[in-house]
Formats: sequence, structure tokens, C-alpha cells
Amino acid sequence: MIQDLLKSSGKAILLGNEAVIRGALESGLQFVATYPGTPASEIGNTFYKIAKDANVYFEFSTNEKVAMEAVMGASYSGLKCLVAMKNFGLNVASDSLLPFMYTGSKGPTVILAADDPECHSSAQSEENSRGFSCMGHIPTLEPSDAQECKDFTKLAFQLSAKFKIPVMIRLTTRVAHQKMPVVLGVLPKSKTFLGKFVRNQKRFVTMPPRVLEMHEELLQKIKDIQKYAEKSTINQESGIRNQESRMGVITSGVAYLHVMEAVEMLGVKPAVLKLGFFYPLPEEKIKKFIKPLKKVLIAEELDPYLEKEIERLAKSVNPKLQIFGKNVLPEVGELNPDNTAIGVAKLFGKTYNPKIIYPTKKLKHLPRFCTGWPTCPYWKLYAAVKQAAPEGTVFGGDIGCYMIAALPPHSLYDYLISMGSGVGIGHGVKKATKQKVIAFIGDGTFLHAGIPGLMNSVYNKSGLLLIILDNSTTAMTGHQVNPSMGKTSTGEDIAPVKIENIVKALNVKNLAIIDQEENYNQLVATIKEFVNSGETSVIIARRVCGLLAKRQNKI
Amino acid sequence: MLKNFNIVITGVGGQGLITLLDVISRASFNKGFDVKTSELHGLSQRGGSVSVYIRFGKKVYSPMVPKAQANLILALEFQEALNGLEFANKNTVFIINNYQTPTLAESASFKQVEDNIKLATDKIFAVNFSEICAKELDNQVVVGMAMLGFAIEKGALTLTKQEIIEAIKETMPEKFWELNLKALNLCSP
Repeated sequence: MIQDLLKSSGKAILLGNEAVIRGALESGLQFVATYPGTPASEIGNTFYKIAKDANVYFEFSTNEKVAMEAVMGASYSGLKCLVAMKNFGLNVASDSLLPFMYTGSKGPTVILAADDPECHSSAQSEENSRGFSCMGHIPTLEPSDAQECKDFTKLAFQLSAKFKIPVMIRLTTRVAHQKMPVVLGVLPKSKTFLGKFVRNQKRFVTMPPRVLEMHEELLQKIKDIQKYAEKSTINQESGIRNQESRMGVITSGVAYLHVMEAVEMLGVKPAVLKLGFFYPLPEEKIKKFIKPLKKVLIAEELDPYLEKEIERLAKSVNPKLQIFGKNVLPEVGELNPDNTAIGVAKLFGKTYNPKIIYPTKKLKHLPRFCTGWPTCPYWKLYAAVKQAAPEGTVFGGDIGCYMIAALPPHSLYDYLISMGSGVGIGHGVKKATKQKVIAFIGDGTFLHAGIPGLMNSVYNKSGLLLIILDNSTTAMTGHQVNPSMGKTSTGEDIAPVKIENIVKALNVKNLAIIDQEENYNQLVATIKEFVNSGETSVIIARRVCGLLAKRQNKI
Repeated sequence: MLKNFNIVITGVGGQGLITLLDVISRASFNKGFDVKTSELHGLSQRGGSVSVYIRFGKKVYSPMVPKAQANLILALEFQEALNGLEFANKNTVFIINNYQTPTLAESASFKQVEDNIKLATDKIFAVNFSEICAKELDNQVVVGMAMLGFAIEKGALTLTKQEIIEAIKETMPEKFWELNLKALNLCSP
């Protein structure tokens, strides 16, 4: 729990994300930047509360690319840095992340990326951030439990310091949102914030032809790290090598825990190689492990990255090795003890078939806008939209609590893709058709990724209507502050960024600011007027999140 | 096979599932057990279906409860009991809050739910804990705590009430102690 995070010693029950924070603090962390996104949101929420006590610079950046760049600047200036985001955030940050791998880090830097297999709290895609590890040559560690979240984070800082390269910790929901007792280490006593940027063009300017040399240097670093990985104890072998069966399992992340559970349930005894390093892989260690085996199961979630590498390695050391992987484990959705046990059983020519009773009908409570009073302002907003929008209007969704309007009883959106894409795609639809388009975006998402799309719609004259749902908070991920709220990342007062001023500066002529609760009829009339105007128009529907209002009134 | 104690809690976002998870896991940790839990945050919290897992014992690997291996299932809303069913076996104690919130999609009657649960176990206790909490405490957020007290009373949990009380005090701010202790004792005087 959060109150245990700054304890000096002993054991504490920590969430995976909290354990990453503790690992960073034990490593002497100085600078943190993040943008909230489940399952990584607790990183920011926690630092928001403890940054002052922990003597760490902390910010909620306006998006993940900006967070990455903030950390790059701090690292270039010599500070020890952590940047955290969910998988889709890594996409946003990738434009700067890839060259960051070329320049390398000066102050040791750890990147936390949290994936969400099964899409428990993610629309958009079941992304596997390990693809970025290969594409960007990002050294990547995969913890399986909260203790390893802490330990691997510390190791990541050590690696980053040793090899002058940012190191990624890749979590999944079942690791990030897992709790267990974690052994606490020593927190460093004192540290200073003050870095110094020392000019070094050769290092920080990625202009050709120097950039090609940097590419060479990066590949050399990866080779050096690979040598380190071959000896690292986080790639560990366990179990008994049974001479008769010669069965093995290679696994990483939370899949390792499911494998061990399955091994217990089935009473089988494979040799197990648990990989803490995903990139670069300890190839010699893997070769040595698979050489005497007859069969091996590769237990990993989502895409078969490990499986493909191991197939390649087996060709030289054990071409007859039977490799099981995605032929017995799902590639879509998360692994759990049961589907993993089915895979492990198949390795041994057994079946896993416990007596499971499934309900005759499967029910699900759909997420909904909050009720009670003060209520969620979106109820009224979507009622007005449905009342006002002409037949055949195309509705564009975006990422935030208002995603819920895609579900019954609203079932509103015609498309819903990624941060800021409601207005961006709406522009394309508007240009390609004669249909009316109403796109939606929240205040946090507008500031994160909505401004270029709206500017494009004005500049290229598509004439859509964008409704900015300004509930004065980044609600869905846990009510984090954003620049429109008049509070800094550490809760101090600051002049708020006024969304209407941004909209005006983009030359949007039709602009109205309406409180949907107070002026419902005006909202209906304005939607009708704007959507038929042919001009790119904006309505800022401004009313505070009901949940937040309730909490603020209570406290 | 590892003899861990497996708890599945199902409900809808906002019912206090994670608070309950924190209390139970702290109590089992205090008792010297290895503990792992798994929870979900984010979109599912906005009134949607949520399941969390708590496992404790000598050595716990996976944070997820294997199917048909729950010792105790708490359904904080009766239709959500269906989402716990696949974790039940004939020895599972199933405690159901006989209280309904609309699904906004297909729904089930209590009878339908009960008939389903009976396919796995006959150790079913269904009480309208929400109504009792609303009436006695004017508060429904502590319904899970009332169910936990009930589970201890029925011998369905290997933790004692005193151990839970300690854990409440260690995991919650003092201003919430009284309400939660009342809830814990509400259905198990």
C-alpha cells in the first residue's frame, strides 16, 4: 500500500506498480515524468502523493511523447530518471524514444511500459510492447511478480548506468496490478536535483552521417548487454532435468507463475528456464538449455516473439527439438493457470480437464456513467446530442470515460480508435462524404492529442462539429490533474490553460461554452446550428465530473 | 498440489472490492502466509463487472485463482455470482449479496442464478447484505465487510475476526474504522 512505500525496511504488500516505484527510489531516483493510462496509472497517482516526501521531481506531462522528452532532457543533464506509460503511450512516445536509444542516457534512465493482454481496461488494440524492444533495440526486462518489479527496476538502473542506455521494464496487467509482500531495501539518504547539461554534439545531435555511427554504437551496446545477460541470474533455470522425458519450458513475465502453478497442478517435472531479459536474449544460455531436450514449450502471452527466436536457435543446436508454443497456447487474450496448464499437459502428452461448471448464461455489467448526485455530466450531454443530431450523422468517439457512450444504452459511436483520433478521423470522413460529423473529446485528451486534429479540420476546411467534454479532470484513469485545471502536477496553484483560448487561436469561428445541466435547451439548439453550419465548430460542454464533485463536497 | 486458500470476489466497480482485497491480504500476510492478489482498475471500475483474486498459503505462484479451485467466493451483487461460478467446486462456500443492480444488457433472476450455482456447490448463503447495511449503517460501500464478517461466522475463512480487525486498522485511515468494524459485526454478532 502507498503508506508503506517510504518505510525504511521490512516487508510490505505492494502493487506491482508500487514495487517499481520502490525499486526506483531505492536506486536514488531524481526525476519522474508520466502520462496516466491503465495499467500504469498508479505510477503517477502515487508520485503525485509521495514526490515531495521522497524528494523526487515529478510531473504529469501533457502526453507520453512530452514525458519521454522531459526525461531525455533530465537524463542528458545527468539525473536518474523514470518515465512511465501504458502500451499505447509508448506508441506516442516512440518518435523520440527511438533516437533516445541512439544517443543513449547520461543519467541512468528506466522506461516503464505496461501492456494489457485481454484488454481489461484498453480499447484500441491488444498491443504487445515487446515489438518496440526489437525495433528500437531497447534492453527490456520482464518481471513476473511484485518482488521482481522492485528487483528488476533496480537492475535496470544499474544496467542503464553501466551501458549508458535507457532500459525498459515491460509489465502486463497481471503483474502491474498484482499485490504481494515485497522485501524492502535501503532508501538512499540524500540526493540533489541539480544536473548540468554539458554540450556534446557528437552525442546528442542525431544528424547524418553521425547518426549511422550512433546506430553502430547502439548495436555494439546491445552485444555487450547480451554478454551480461548470458551471466545474469534473472535468467534462471529451475526444475529437474529428467533424463527420460527431457521436457522443458521457457517462459517469462506472469506466464512463469502460471507455468509453475500448472506444473504443481499436473504433478509434472519439466526443466524450466525463466527469462528475465526479453531483449537482448541470452542466446547461449537458451541454446545450452534446449540442447538436451526432446520437447520444449514456450509459454508467453500474445505474439510468439520468444518462440520464433528459439526456433531459430534450435536449428543450430537441436534441429530435432519439438517446439510447442502458440499451437497449444492462445495468441489472443491473456494466459491464466488453466490455459497454461492445458499447454503444459500437452507437452507431456497428457490432458488437463478439471470439472469446471460454467453458467448457463454469461452476464456482464456494462460500465456506465456514474449515477447519484452530483451525477455524471455526460448523461445530459448525450441526451442532447441524440435529440439534436440530424439523421445519418456520423459520431466519432475518443479515449476517456465518455467511451462508455459506445455501449448500451447509448450505443452512439460509429468509430472509436485512439487518443485524439475522434476529430482526426472525423475530418477524413467529412472530406470524403457529404455526411454530418460530430466528434467528441475530453479535456485531458484534447490537450494530449486533439489540438493538431482540430487545427487540421479548420485549415483544410472540413466543417465538422467537435464537442469537447470538459469535466475538469482526467477522470477515467483516476482524476489526475491536467493543465486546464489550475493545479500543477504537485498540487500547487497555477493559471489554468483555457481550452476556449486554444480553440479561438485555431480560428474556430463557431464556439460555444455550455453547461449541459444548466442550459440543456441551449445545448440542443447550438448542436443543431453548428452541425448544419458547414464550418468547423466547437462546443465546450463544461461541467465538473460528478464523482469528483461528490468527493470535493465531502472533503 | 499446493493447498493454498483461494478467494474470488465478484461485483461491480465502486463496491469496494479492492478495499476488501487489501484487508484480507494484509490479515493473511500478518499471519505469516505467502500472499498474491490480482485486481483490475480503469474502465471496468465505472459500474462494470469486476473480479478480484486473493490467494494465500505456504507458497503462492500465480496471482490468478485456477478454475474450480476457489475455497470461498463472495458475490457482491447476485448476478455477478455467475461470473464466479467457474471457480467453484463442490466444497466451495458461495456467499451472495441478494441485491441487484441493472446490467444494461441481459440480466438474470435470483432463482436462475441460484440454480446455476447449485450445479457446483450446495454451500450457498444468500442474504441481502445491501439492505441490511443501508438500514443499519446508512451505507452500502461496506457491504463487502459485512459479507466478510458473515463468512468468518460461517467458518468459511481461515482468518479470525480479530485478525481482520487488525488488518482494517492497518490498511484504513482511522476515520473509517468504526464504520467498517460495525459492518464486520453486522451479520455475525
